[in-house]
Amino acid sequence: MTNTLLALNGLTKAYPGVVANDDVSFAIKEGEIHALLGENGAGKSTLVKTIYGLVKPDRGEMTLKGAAFTPADPRAARASGIGMVFQHFSLFDAMTVAENIALGMEAPPPQREIARQVREVSEKYGLPLDPLRIVGDLSAGERQRVEIIRCLLQDPKLLIMDEPTSVLTPQEVEVLFQTLRKLSAEGTAILYISHKLEEIRALCDQATILRLGAVVGECDPKVTSAREMAEMMVGAKLQVPQRSDRAVGRGLLQLDNLSAPAPHQFGTPLREIRLTARIGEITGIGGVAGNGQDELVAALSGEMRVAAGMIKLADQPIGNLPPNARRKLGLSVAPEERNGHAAAGEMSLIENALLTGRVPKSLASRGFLRWGRVKDFAQAIVADFDVRTPSVESAAASLSGGNLQKFVVGREILQEPKVLVVNQPTWGVDAAAAAAIRQALLDLAAKGAAVVVISQDLDELMEISDQFCALNAGQLSAPRPAAGLTVDEIGLMLGGAQSDAVRADA
Amino acid sequence: MDFSAINPVLLLASLMVAATPILLAAIGELVVERAGVLNLGVEGMMITGAVCGFIVAVNSGSPWLGFAGAAVGGALLSVLFGLLTQYLLSNQVATGLALTLFGLGLSALMGQGYIGIKAPSFPDWHIPLLGDIPVIGEIVFQHDPMVYVGLLIVTAVWAFLTYSRAGLILRAVGENHDAAHALGYKVRAIRMMAIMFGGACAGLGGAYLSLVRVPQWTEGMTAGAGWIALAIVVFANWKPGRLLLGAYLFGGVTVLQLNLQAAGFAIPVEYLSMSPYLATIVVLVIMSSGRAPGSLGRIFHASR
Repeated sequence: MTNTLLALNGLTKAYPGVVANDDVSFAIKEGEIHALLGENGAGKSTLVKTIYGLVKPDRGEMTLKGAAFTPADPRAARASGIGMVFQHFSLFDAMTVAENIALGMEAPPPQREIARQVREVSEKYGLPLDPLRIVGDLSAGERQRVEIIRCLLQDPKLLIMDEPTSVLTPQEVEVLFQTLRKLSAEGTAILYISHKLEEIRALCDQATILRLGAVVGECDPKVTSAREMAEMMVGAKLQVPQRSDRAVGRGLLQLDNLSAPAPHQFGTPLREIRLTARIGEITGIGGVAGNGQDELVAALSGEMRVAAGMIKLADQPIGNLPPNARRKLGLSVAPEERNGHAAAGEMSLIENALLTGRVPKSLASRGFLRWGRVKDFAQAIVADFDVRTPSVESAAASLSGGNLQKFVVGREILQEPKVLVVNQPTWGVDAAAAAAIRQALLDLAAKGAAVVVISQDLDELMEISDQFCALNAGQLSAPRPAAGLTVDEIGLMLGGAQSDAVRADA
Repeated sequence: MDFSAINPVLLLASLMVAATPILLAAIGELVVERAGVLNLGVEGMMITGAVCGFIVAVNSGSPWLGFAGAAVGGALLSVLFGLLTQYLLSNQVATGLALTLFGLGLSALMGQGYIGIKAPSFPDWHIPLLGDIPVIGEIVFQHDPMVYVGLLIVTAVWAFLTYSRAGLILRAVGENHDAAHALGYKVRAIRMMAIMFGGACAGLGGAYLSLVRVPQWTEGMTAGAGWIALAIVVFANWKPGRLLLGAYLFGGVTVLQLNLQAAGFAIPVEYLSMSPYLATIVVLVIMSSGRAPGSLGRIFHASR
């Protein structure tokens, strides 16, 4: 088990204006679980795409079991025994599990034979899955199983996993880890990409750390602290968000039996959601994607109307009001998808600042836009939230994900809303920027706003929230104080299994 | 008014003929859209096929060669659409509309010397046994060969999409082109083939008008048939079986209203003329329940 399986030697790949990989060399041994660590934009994706044959390196070479390895396309990589589970699932919603798996195979047997193999593999590795179900109806954890089984049926020597746990509950993560350990024991090497350091410490044998496209260090994650690894990734000391003491006041935003049918075929209906968000308080809503987060955000923002009394802002029923009327009353919502939902990618930052700030910041008068004030507002966001951009004239889509996220969240915070709802505020954002965004949310709450944070990142929710509840299949658990919650308790809340005692003490 | 002038057997028999051009064009567009491409140029490809087929048939004297020429003509025009949308990443809606206008103009130019000529017709053929069945034989089995070619293509497309691996890949490309690309499928090549198939089928549909149905060449003779084909694809939920139903329904009501007009039925002709469109859309809307291919009409760019 000590033979080198895959060796990378001096891999370099440059895109116009940026070197994605700069002379990257490391080796993965057979049966090893090898972590690849790095911030966003550190070049992890480019590197694994190179191994998987999607990207051709400018320089450098790879050897697989000592022989030169230059996959022309993903088929060639798969034929050589490389499997990959993507971060954004590469699945086809309208097709069945078996059809999806057949698409990932070179010479697939008939559907019935695939169904039999799926059942066999899913039993062997403890990944229950019905091959005849439509993928669009599956949960995120089940969809990931489809991808994993698709890889396992190819009998891979190296399995690449790109941020596999970002959409899973703690229990599902544990199942996944057991599967991965079993695979590793059978001699399959795993290249595990993540920025969740505790997971890497629990799972991986070896870690390679990338920063700005270059290898900056290797370590044994079992004996290196998470903080040390984080600082190697960032290249600087990490700022931990500071909570200030703040008084929790009266309820500002009230959801009273908020129910709504699923807005589309693969959506989730909201069921009798009850919640009170108070002044000075951060409410964390956890849950695995696809459990009603998008629908809840749509109901709160006014994109989806409900009965007036279901949502109350300072005792005023607003459930039937459109988004702009809600903004006027002091309810701001920042949706998850920053490019295309929270911001219009082709428009400049100035124009994007105008989109939600028009009413609260009085950026228009009598139907005419006051471009001077809009520009000042955009520049204030850029300055206060350290948005790295050449100018406020740049198109939103030209910013990196983290920078645009800072802009989107900053735009809402600077409007000083009474209630701010954010969905996945730090999704895909690197550690330093994430810390800045969390700090800004804490500061906003300290100034007397009620903040609702919907996120799949439980560490984040535990770090900033005062009360925590879980969204599961469109139902919201009773809120509990965040302090003192254990991982097991959270896992049970996310899984929807709540004891009556929990309900009673809420 | 004389309803006895309407012969129900003849009516049903001409239904199949009336539906064939739309059926051919629609089944091609169905494949294109299942691959995730929206080609609004069906009308343009049909009329180009009509004129190409007519020219080849008149010069060669063979309707079969005419249909082959029509398929080639429609496919060539669709290659233009494919190059623009798949490789130069132009907007599919605008390009498709432009293709229709271009096809109408091009066909008028090409057909200048062919106005007023009669096309060579298929030799009389008689399907033994089946054609002799009373009533049913007359309705179903006494048509020209292209009617059955159309049905054969629909069946083949259904089997291809449902059972074949290539069909599965084509659906995957239309459903999520990024995922298909990540799995290593050649999205653009697959789409180009689908687009060419769509062009060829539209060409056949056009040639059926100029060689069998009319059979003459006149400018703008498709008269919106391509648009009906496009609508039927959508209302049929991208399913070949429903597409067949939609096309026959349209053909049936068209023939019926012509017969009613001839019988002097006492409602204004304009209402009768709109009835096929209205009936087809109403029935298919009531039946519709599916969803469009996930990547339909979206521009695919490999680096994103």
